[in-house]
Amino acid sequence: MNESVKPIAKAQKKERTGWHSWRWLLARRTAQIGLLFIFLTGPWLGWRIVQGNFASSEWFATVNLSDPYIMLQSLLAGHMLSTSALTGAGLIILFYLLVGGRSYCSWLCPVNIVTDAALWLRDRLGIKRDRAFNKQTRLVILIASLLASVTTSVIAWEIINPVTLLQRGLIFGMGMGWTVILGIFLFDLLITRHGWCGYLCPVGAFYGIIGRFSRLRIKAVHRDACEQCGACLRKCPEPHVIGPALRGNDNSFVVSGDCINCGACIDHCPNDVFELHFRPLAWPTADHSMTEKTPR
Amino acid sequence: MAENKQPPTMQISEKRRELLKTSVRAAGALGITWLALDTAAESAAGAEPQALRPPGALDESSFLSACVRCGLCVRACPYDILSLATLDGPAELGTPYFVAREDPCRMCKNIPCAKACPTGALDSGMTEIKEADMGVAVLVGHETCLNYKGLNCSICFRVCPVRGEAITLQPHTIDGKQRIIPTVHSDACTGCGTCEKHCVIKEAAIRVLPRPLGLGEAGRNPSGRTG
Repeated sequence: MNESVKPIAKAQKKERTGWHSWRWLLARRTAQIGLLFIFLTGPWLGWRIVQGNFASSEWFATVNLSDPYIMLQSLLAGHMLSTSALTGAGLIILFYLLVGGRSYCSWLCPVNIVTDAALWLRDRLGIKRDRAFNKQTRLVILIASLLASVTTSVIAWEIINPVTLLQRGLIFGMGMGWTVILGIFLFDLLITRHGWCGYLCPVGAFYGIIGRFSRLRIKAVHRDACEQCGACLRKCPEPHVIGPALRGNDNSFVVSGDCINCGACIDHCPNDVFELHFRPLAWPTADHSMTEKTPR
Repeated sequence: MAENKQPPTMQISEKRRELLKTSVRAAGALGITWLALDTAAESAAGAEPQALRPPGALDESSFLSACVRCGLCVRACPYDILSLATLDGPAELGTPYFVAREDPCRMCKNIPCAKACPTGALDSGMTEIKEADMGVAVLVGHETCLNYKGLNCSICFRVCPVRGEAITLQPHTIDGKQRIIPTVHSDACTGCGTCEKHCVIKEAAIRVLPRPLGLGEAGRNPSGRTG
């Protein structure tokens, strides 16, 4: 696009290539598409593994799982949810407390496939334009959606939520919903790198809050081996989360709730610095601004 | 907020000023986003409902606070009549509805759709399908209905699952001629849409409408004379 801006000599930068650099990406895609397929076995094949969609689903005709963000909006809108929905939302919160809040984004969310495709094409076409927003914008949208749920008695974000729109559309019929998804694709492609997921999506922001307290995290286990080649930072969708893990004094875990546990850093680090680990239950956090729970 | 009153003197450190700036900016962004979402949600809730909801649905405004648009009712329907609205659909995005003319509610005795609802947007405790209130049938085509023309079509009366209660045939004199007119009794009509589905003419003369659209209500017109 902008030809005056020359790409910095990328060829000299180290990063792993070959199929080893695809392992986590492949695993994520398999999970994302596999889960969609499991949902689709209902309408396509008549199997009764799971009914419904991400908003609320019933597994094996017994267990309900529900999206806690939508359930929270419903509660705020003044509806007393049934116990099965509340339990379902509780199970999801517990699950993400275990596996990392925004694992939702990278391992399940179908919009992630769209935005990753936009990112791939953006890099392929050499599009440099990148209108940055404040990282907290999504948090602002999250709070606004909760407030609007209170003031209007409507589950506010579901009026437009592209995440459920895409997933529901794939399972129940898309209609004109593809225009919203195309909009996100073009936004990520032409205007802002990682624009939707990185700055705007309140669903990610919600799971990010769970993520601040969750256990399964990226750890810079072999950070002594780091040559500062920057491969992880170039590939990471939320690069600000890596620094504290590589250089922080307190520990070598990625502590920020913004980390989506996608494993791009593991995939691309030429020195195998990163691994996925369970973090201990109690520990001094390196990120005081995020988890101001215990008084110093 | 106390910092707000202070004049921008040197006492306020650079850091503090920065904090103030970002918080004002965040508050502004929050206000705008809230307003936008509020307006959108308000217009969604305020719109006259056009689509027919599954049996046991809460009234429209409560429904939008309760329905999470998961589609479990859609899957539970053994006749597959329900759809989730798309962006260009007749109901709010993702909410369930059915189109009577295409596929009416068969009024299953065990009401599987309502039972499947995980949130209570559909009343899973409903036991009697005849108490359902999906809408109300209205004979809208007085110029097209065959009974008005003097034929004894009466198909709507004969297919009605709440037979003899929701629709009865009443003798009327129209233009000086004796006619037998299908007449809907709104207290017994469940809005299942079977009459609309089976109306024999090209565009149905009898239609099921959401109750607020289909019925009048006695009392003084609030937008009329105030005297």
